[in-house]
Amino acid sequence: MTKTKVIIGLGSCGVAAGAGKVYKKISELKEAENLDFELGKTSCVGMCYREPLVEVIDENGSFLYGGIDEDKAVELINKHVNNNNPVRDYIVVTDLYDTPDRKYLEGQVKIALRNCGMIDPEIIAEYEERGGYGAVRKIVENKIPPENVIKEVMDSGLRGRGGGGFPTGLKWKFAHKNKSDNKYIICNADEGDPGAFMDRSLLEGDPHSVLEGMIIAGYAVGANEGVIYCRAEYPLALKRLAIAIEQAEDRGYLGSNILGKEGFDFRITVKEGAGAFVCGEETALIASIEGERGMPRKRPPFPAESGLWRKPSNINNVETFANIPWIIDKGGSAYAKYGTEKSKGTKVFALAGKINHGGLVEVPMGITIKDVIFKLGGGIPGGKKFKAVQLGGPSGGCIPEYLSSTVVDFDSVTATGAIMGSGGMVVMDETTCMVDVAKFFLDFTRKESCGKCTFCRVGTKRMLEILIRITEGEGETKDMEKLEELAYQIKDSSLCGLGQTAPNPVLTTLKYFRDEYEAHISQKKCPSLTCKKLLTYEVNEENCTGCTVCAKNCPVDAIEGARKEVHFIKQDICIRCGVCFNKCKFDAINLS
Amino acid sequence: MRVKRISKKIPELPESPEKVDLSLLDPLIEKFSGKKGITIPVLQGAQEIFGFIPREVFIRLSEELNLELNELYGVATFYAQFRLSPVGKMIIKVCHGTACHVQNAGTITESLQESLKVEDGCTTEDGLFTLESVACLGCCSLAPVMMIGDETYGKLTGNEAVKIIKELKLKEKN
Repeated sequence: MTKTKVIIGLGSCGVAAGAGKVYKKISELKEAENLDFELGKTSCVGMCYREPLVEVIDENGSFLYGGIDEDKAVELINKHVNNNNPVRDYIVVTDLYDTPDRKYLEGQVKIALRNCGMIDPEIIAEYEERGGYGAVRKIVENKIPPENVIKEVMDSGLRGRGGGGFPTGLKWKFAHKNKSDNKYIICNADEGDPGAFMDRSLLEGDPHSVLEGMIIAGYAVGANEGVIYCRAEYPLALKRLAIAIEQAEDRGYLGSNILGKEGFDFRITVKEGAGAFVCGEETALIASIEGERGMPRKRPPFPAESGLWRKPSNINNVETFANIPWIIDKGGSAYAKYGTEKSKGTKVFALAGKINHGGLVEVPMGITIKDVIFKLGGGIPGGKKFKAVQLGGPSGGCIPEYLSSTVVDFDSVTATGAIMGSGGMVVMDETTCMVDVAKFFLDFTRKESCGKCTFCRVGTKRMLEILIRITEGEGETKDMEKLEELAYQIKDSSLCGLGQTAPNPVLTTLKYFRDEYEAHISQKKCPSLTCKKLLTYEVNEENCTGCTVCAKNCPVDAIEGARKEVHFIKQDICIRCGVCFNKCKFDAINLS
Repeated sequence: MRVKRISKKIPELPESPEKVDLSLLDPLIEKFSGKKGITIPVLQGAQEIFGFIPREVFIRLSEELNLELNELYGVATFYAQFRLSPVGKMIIKVCHGTACHVQNAGTITESLQESLKVEDGCTTEDGLFTLESVACLGCCSLAPVMMIGDETYGKLTGNEAVKIIKELKLKEKN
């Protein structure tokens, strides 16, 4: 009989939901009662909405339990592990019977995420057991020349997963062609899009696949040094990367004469980013590694020609590298079977916002947005109406409900005015104000603009001022034209991707939700009741208990009423700050 | 743009309340001496030691590592991570990623500002809390989220956030 295994998901999202405490509780319990089961760790399987997750594998199969806190963990161990009596109420997915959550997993094709949630990322042997480092071994054992490795990647049709969508094989070819005494492979792990977390999950859940992808890139391009530029805000990813690098060095996958192959040298170091969104842009990232302010440089020369320390450099994103070992192992054509004509393979998306099943999903290119949101994501909570989905973060745009049968691939998404981006998919329902969303993103890009190009630095500020005016009821009809004019000027006059795409959220919302802008401007109304300055606050007479909290907290004394009597808001004094609404414990403040 | 006006800021570079023990920098200087591309890791190391980067530290690093003072200062003010003044005992990070934004993260910051009587990015008078807005903490499915130390609090409302702070304050006093 095999020993029962209890595995706890300890990714950042799981830890945030309390998985660390659950792990501690179970290991204490195991210690105290001297229980006979194997306790293991893994990372995120992508079901963030069900965290903390605990998987029990026994002779009957696998049982994945969701929403486990310390008390439930004790119950689980007692009933299932000790008495072989699974707790049906907490089961999310099991081998034994169908559950609603199974749909979330079934629609997915896991290539980049193939090991996430399946292995303990801190143990290299578990990666090797699942075929890890097999691709490097294959190259060495079969003496595959670098040109053929590049050809395989080109055949796969893999395009850069960081957002640009540039063919990876072609990029490698350029870097390969440029002769130099030293070249660099850089992994862009500066995932700064608010609402995107797939790179973090990959680094936390399967760091070796990224290292292996980089080693293969190093071999193909002829580089001996690799640098991973990772956000300092990802402490767990940094920790696991450090462990993985050390283990890979010990096993001879990193260092000199890798796997005994003469002259196959490759080393990887990690550089911590210091918090600047613009460093996701490749030339800014290079400047940052060199210790300067992360400001983009003019291209050409492209990094493939003159990159880090003026040497030929190849930069790819985390997810791109994670796909590489699979492609070398199974062949480029196997990868190209998935996807559409021009976008091959799969893409990982971070589903968040107003959605039932938030988390990570990896789907084949060519699936419709609707299917991702409703079939995998389980639709919108609270029976609300789906309004739009935001793709591509601050550089992307909002795709409205009526275009939700758009398929997910680089070209179809770009045609809507959004971009594929790194894969953040934030779902919005009828209570989300699109003007406010545009304002939010512009505020972000304005803060993150490095200041090098005038149009980006000043233009985003001017656009933001107009948007603030509109959301405060001071908008004028010609503001929409002004926004468009500025948007195109910024796009045309910025050096890097940040400025060139910063106006996208405004342009797409203007295109698809012009009526909302008009309502804000001409009727001074916010249809989704988000923009505070455009709301009217009134006391709901039935719910008001006369507790006086609202009156006490009102900064302008606009609320009157005696204790235990219904209060009243004087509209001519009210500054619409929303304090009464936030303070009221009895739902007695109505918005209209 | 993140860069603050230098002319205004320099005199404010805190003359640290306590004397800064510059010898703590020795291992850092030894580690990075003579290497290239070190500006960011050196500043990160210094901030790790002191919690922020005091004026004296800039000067010593510049002298010992042969880095221009203006370069060091330029880098420190470019990146969001670096602090030029001391922080509170606990840092409250309120997530303002997209997912949190559409789930009303604004209300949380506003409620905390009101309750703690500090502006965003500032430290309370008692030196207990520093309130910060951060871009995505990466637990979007728990939105809206705030993080204090290692503890993450999810699915918050303004009132709940204030309650958590009050409890922490109480705990601190006892």
